[in-house]
Amino acid sequence: MNKTSVIIKREYMTRVRKKSFIIMTLLAPVLMAALFVLPTLLMMNQDKQFKKIAVVGDGSVIFRNAITNTKDAEYVYLDNVNVNDLKKNFQQAGYYGILYIAPELATTPNAIQLFSKKQPPIDLLEHIEGSLEKEIERQKLLGYNIKDLDDILKSIRTKVSVQTIKIDESGKTTETSTGIAMAVAYIGGFLMYMLVFMFGSQVMRGVIEEKTSRVVEVIISSVKPVQLMMGKIVGIALVGLTQFLIWIALTGAIVVVVKTVVLDKANVTQVTQMIPQNVLSGDQSQPATTGTSVNAVQANPQLAEFSKMFDSAMHQNWLLIITSFIFYFITGYLLYASVFAAIGSAVDSETDTQQFMLPVTIPIILGLFVAIGTMQNPESSISFWFSMIPLTSPIVMMARIPFEVPGWQIALSMGIMVITFLAFVWMAAKIYRTGILMYGKKSSWKEMWKWLRYSG
Amino acid sequence: MSLFEARNVTKQFGSFKALDNVSISVPEQCIYGLLGPNGAGKTTLIRIINQITGPDAGELYLNDRKLLPEDVISIGYLPEERGLYRKMKVGEQAVYFAQLKGLSKAEAMRRLKYWFKKLDIVDWWGKKVEELSKGMQQKVQFITTILHEPKLIIFDEPFTGFDPVNANTIKNEILFLRERGATIIFSTHNMASVEELCDNITLIDKAKTILEGSVDEIRRNWAANEYDLVFSGNVKIEGNGQYQVLKQELDNDKSIIRLKTTNSIGTNDILTNLMKSGTILSFNQALPSMNEIFIRVVESKN
Repeated sequence: MNKTSVIIKREYMTRVRKKSFIIMTLLAPVLMAALFVLPTLLMMNQDKQFKKIAVVGDGSVIFRNAITNTKDAEYVYLDNVNVNDLKKNFQQAGYYGILYIAPELATTPNAIQLFSKKQPPIDLLEHIEGSLEKEIERQKLLGYNIKDLDDILKSIRTKVSVQTIKIDESGKTTETSTGIAMAVAYIGGFLMYMLVFMFGSQVMRGVIEEKTSRVVEVIISSVKPVQLMMGKIVGIALVGLTQFLIWIALTGAIVVVVKTVVLDKANVTQVTQMIPQNVLSGDQSQPATTGTSVNAVQANPQLAEFSKMFDSAMHQNWLLIITSFIFYFITGYLLYASVFAAIGSAVDSETDTQQFMLPVTIPIILGLFVAIGTMQNPESSISFWFSMIPLTSPIVMMARIPFEVPGWQIALSMGIMVITFLAFVWMAAKIYRTGILMYGKKSSWKEMWKWLRYSG
Repeated sequence: MSLFEARNVTKQFGSFKALDNVSISVPEQCIYGLLGPNGAGKTTLIRIINQITGPDAGELYLNDRKLLPEDVISIGYLPEERGLYRKMKVGEQAVYFAQLKGLSKAEAMRRLKYWFKKLDIVDWWGKKVEELSKGMQQKVQFITTILHEPKLIIFDEPFTGFDPVNANTIKNEILFLRERGATIIFSTHNMASVEELCDNITLIDKAKTILEGSVDEIRRNWAANEYDLVFSGNVKIEGNGQYQVLKQELDNDKSIIRLKTTNSIGTNDILTNLMKSGTILSFNQALPSMNEIFIRVVESKN
């Protein structure tokens, strides 16, 4: 077995067996999924609670039946009731809360109070507010004495909802979701930053450990320094890839579970209140995505949003995203890891590395900032240039890809990355070769530059 | 036939010259000592021999041909400080180092089992290196150094920091290795070990060789015509024109006397003279210790 492979294997095995690796790999996707799924589950659960609300107040005659009952709440209009009495025993009477409307509501928007034991959900408040706003507007319009006002109002009521549809060269259409593109861009960029940094610094720590424990001397009596350096860098890269692939597999599994268990369950409970959209509009040729998701739309706006996002998330160009991510991770990591290896070889302990950390972190953080800006404006020239400059391109290009980047730009950016990382590895190897045997020298960029010039 | 030769080796680090035209010639199955004050250049020379770093000038020969990178498999190296991964298990680590030297995993395992049994440390196989004491770590590292059965073994200060028992173990291990056919180079400050073990030495100071040759020859060259004499019983000797008595003492019914003679008198004549004084139990030339020679040589150069 070739010696570098022996080193790679050792670097890989020692890290993969660590408890911290196993926990991180398994836990992270579970946490991510939980963060995404739990709020939806909670939303759905809250819906099941039926609320009876007593509506009282000196203005309640005017607003009688203005607030319509929904599937979650029933509004009971009470007359001649003293609010303070009701406050004491509303719960025994079976009411979730008391809505007190004062007569001056039309002119004073906050002359309305909801008394309840628990914090009421936002959609309940929105429903009350919306209903009352419409009623007040209607009453004001009445004052202008327009004939057949009620019919006119009904006919003009509309609800606009823009459906974004991507169109490719053949005219085929698929729905998109800008929100999802942004989320992918953000996650891609951030993940890249985290992984390059995490694994890059593992390289550095490994180098320092070998230098301080003098293991490096024993190893260098058996193999060339560059073999040790590359063996370590590649071994750790494999650890990173392993973790990433497991994450993808786990996340994929969780996604499938969520889709079948959660969403289908929701569909079943809503079925009695459904009016299928395509039946109404008589249009059978709509893409399947709108068909299934729309079933839930009528009854539950939040679930509809989730479902819509979900389906359009499935339509991102995942193949391109994942392969680009792997490419940029490998090249970006190799570039930064070799810098980290060089720094590790120049210091005598981990505390000495602090002075080097800032110059190394700056391009990465700069990349993150530009990436965030890219999401607002993927075609800007800053986005373009920073997706080409090799120190920032892994992060910035990953942020641009969900927004349809021309193939030649991706190819150019990748080409530059390959050339640059090769150059960096070559320089790092020279610095490393000298640095690992130098003890007690003051570590600085100048010193490292000197070692670069040594012919060895 | 010399197993290993370094010819005219020079090494400079920036403006600092670590080695200046140093040459050594190590015969086969010789135990060769590298001596010198701290910072003299010994470790640099050792690193060059191990191809850890390269010389600026000079050549290295193994078995009369140029030293090549592949030759690492014929060389074993035990550095001065413990070079082991602290958090890695002993057995696993030993296999790793053996593989880096070129052994197959299976072969390494086989040999390790033999050595662990021999040194009675089978229990340590699954322990992490940091759980072992310094002496135990050294034992482990000793095994990793010789596992690939190198012809040339290099120890950098193998006695430093060890109690007499451990130091003695190391000494015996070195002799044992030589018996098995290996050639050994070691650097040390422990002059007693030099006298006990070394056949040849080179003394380096400030990057230059200031003394080299066989230990016996050197000691004899530095001999100052002193002789040790042991008489049975209580015998007193007086100096005369041919010799002076440096010291004499009574020890368990034996008289131990050190004489310093002038150049003109031969040993037989001394004996003939002294036989008259009593029963001679032993008589030999008092060679200076390597310690004395070391101090004298280094100080005379400064």
